[in-house]
Amino acid sequence: MKPQMNSFIALVLIAMLAGCSTAAKKGGGAAVEDRSMGGGVETSGAAGTGSYAGASLTDPSSPLSRRVIYFEYDSDSILAEDQELITAHAGYLSAHPEQMVTLEGHADERGSPEYNIGLGDRRAQGVKRAFELQGVAAQQISVVSYGEEKAAADGHSEAAYRLNRRVEIVYVGY
Amino acid sequence: MKPNRRPLLLLLLLLARPVYSDLTIEITQGMEGAIPIAVIPFGGTGSGGPAPENVAAIISSDLSRSGRFAPLPDHDLVSRPTDIAQVQYQTWRMLNVDDMVIGKVGEVGAQQYNVQFQLLDVIRSKQLIGYSFPASRADLRRVAHHISDLIYEQLTGEKGAFNTQIAYITTAGSGAAKSYTLLVADSDGYSPQTILRSNQPLMSPAWSADGRQIAYVTFEKKAAEIYLQDVASGTRRKVASFPGINGAPSWAPDGQRLALTLSQDGNPEIYVMDLNSKALKRLTNSPAIDTEPVWAPDGKSIVFTSDRGGSPQLYRIAAGGGQPQRLTFDGKYNAGADYSPDGRKLAMVHGEDGAYRIAVLDLDSSLMRVLTDGTLDESPSFSPNGSMIIYATEAGNRGVLSAVSTDGRFRQRLSLQAGNVREPVWSPYQRR
Repeated sequence: MKPQMNSFIALVLIAMLAGCSTAAKKGGGAAVEDRSMGGGVETSGAAGTGSYAGASLTDPSSPLSRRVIYFEYDSDSILAEDQELITAHAGYLSAHPEQMVTLEGHADERGSPEYNIGLGDRRAQGVKRAFELQGVAAQQISVVSYGEEKAAADGHSEAAYRLNRRVEIVYVGY
Repeated sequence: MKPNRRPLLLLLLLLARPVYSDLTIEITQGMEGAIPIAVIPFGGTGSGGPAPENVAAIISSDLSRSGRFAPLPDHDLVSRPTDIAQVQYQTWRMLNVDDMVIGKVGEVGAQQYNVQFQLLDVIRSKQLIGYSFPASRADLRRVAHHISDLIYEQLTGEKGAFNTQIAYITTAGSGAAKSYTLLVADSDGYSPQTILRSNQPLMSPAWSADGRQIAYVTFEKKAAEIYLQDVASGTRRKVASFPGINGAPSWAPDGQRLALTLSQDGNPEIYVMDLNSKALKRLTNSPAIDTEPVWAPDGKSIVFTSDRGGSPQLYRIAAGGGQPQRLTFDGKYNAGADYSPDGRKLAMVHGEDGAYRIAVLDLDSSLMRVLTDGTLDESPSFSPNGSMIIYATEAGNRGVLSAVSTDGRFRQRLSLQAGNVREPVWSPYQRR
């Protein structure tokens, strides 16, 4: 239990530090020594490599801060109002071909659980195709459907269902 | 309920059943024409004190839960014979009892018992059946369920399904602290045992035909994977972790093949996996959602859900592949099928006017019948004798399990004391 807790705290600290940095650099930043390697070899990173990924993804006023796309009942059509959001994420991802993204598809709780997995998958696949049409490489994108298993909102109202029929865009590493 | 009555109710609940029981059973819709039966508390023999399980109460509860029997309430038991010589049939005939059960539980060693019972025909004043069973302390409940099965079969002509199990999933907590548990319990909800716990979703438990293994979907790696787990030992092996969906496992009756849903080609399709070679054969090929395969008991065909016709409906395809044939035409939503053990009926989730209920399609007559009246009913599963269907529903904002007789006449609720219960699956007759 203890060591896990320590690493959890370490992760939280890292996350906080990353959040404070105005330009978290991928593959760059401060040198990190890896002392686990044998033969007296030490590796360290060098500043100036990699691209600047942090700013726009962590900027709350950027359209990229919106990471959820909502859907109508039993539908996988991307609504007109979300096209701009799709374009913003697709633009970012095609400019950062090293950035991986997971599209998590979800459904509301009504009906059969595995059919809802199918619905969530179809929604996520729809967003994937929209990304690809706008230049994102297929290998940057992975898809997982949680169906009705991970509700964003509890309750049995249409208001809750609307929040649950969604695709979440999850940037790997953020 | 007035708050000051709660402690008394709690006390009664504690007295009424062992504290390790997780489920309570409440009969929500009675049945006309149930057989009146007297189940007399079993006597003890030998040196020991009272038996650690109330065998007669377990039998009485089983029979009552089936909807086919109306056991005489305890306070109407005018005498308590434990031996056939003490039975005065005339008295029981006056109470309009058709049959009665008497028996004894004797302690024959440390934690070792001998259970004997006799089923008596009150009208003809004679014994119908009588057996005795050795049982360890841990086996007493199972022996009681087995006796219920013998009584049920003797008096209804159909095989009983009391000495079976259910697997189900519970969830507790919310958000990042949510936990998912896969459990196996006796068919009356007692003796629940956790076989898997995760902080990511668990789904779609499916028993192998011999009752020894359960296939399920786990998201523990933040992606769907299918495992097969040995129920007794807990050992498991991963059989599917392809990109995208790995879902809806269903065992072939021969135990050698698994039908499943994969979306590795960008769209959910039905596959059959040979469990020895892991070779896959793709059965469907449509841009629609094809999922929820379930094997016919004869192993020759597979029924699945597809929205290829514009709404989710059930289709049947030969197990070796071919042209699917549509089976359901009634309503805009029919999904999540389960085959009756005799292969003549399909239970499913039937959606109409925003309500999702359990319906049964008779495959001979093509007649469809809605059995339940909830709005969020799902995951129907037949008992191995085909007489009942267990399913998940919502009550008091919680997921609970209910069971309905296949003819729709009798319904009961099994409620967990905490958390949500989902995706019940009734075990086959166990051969382990």
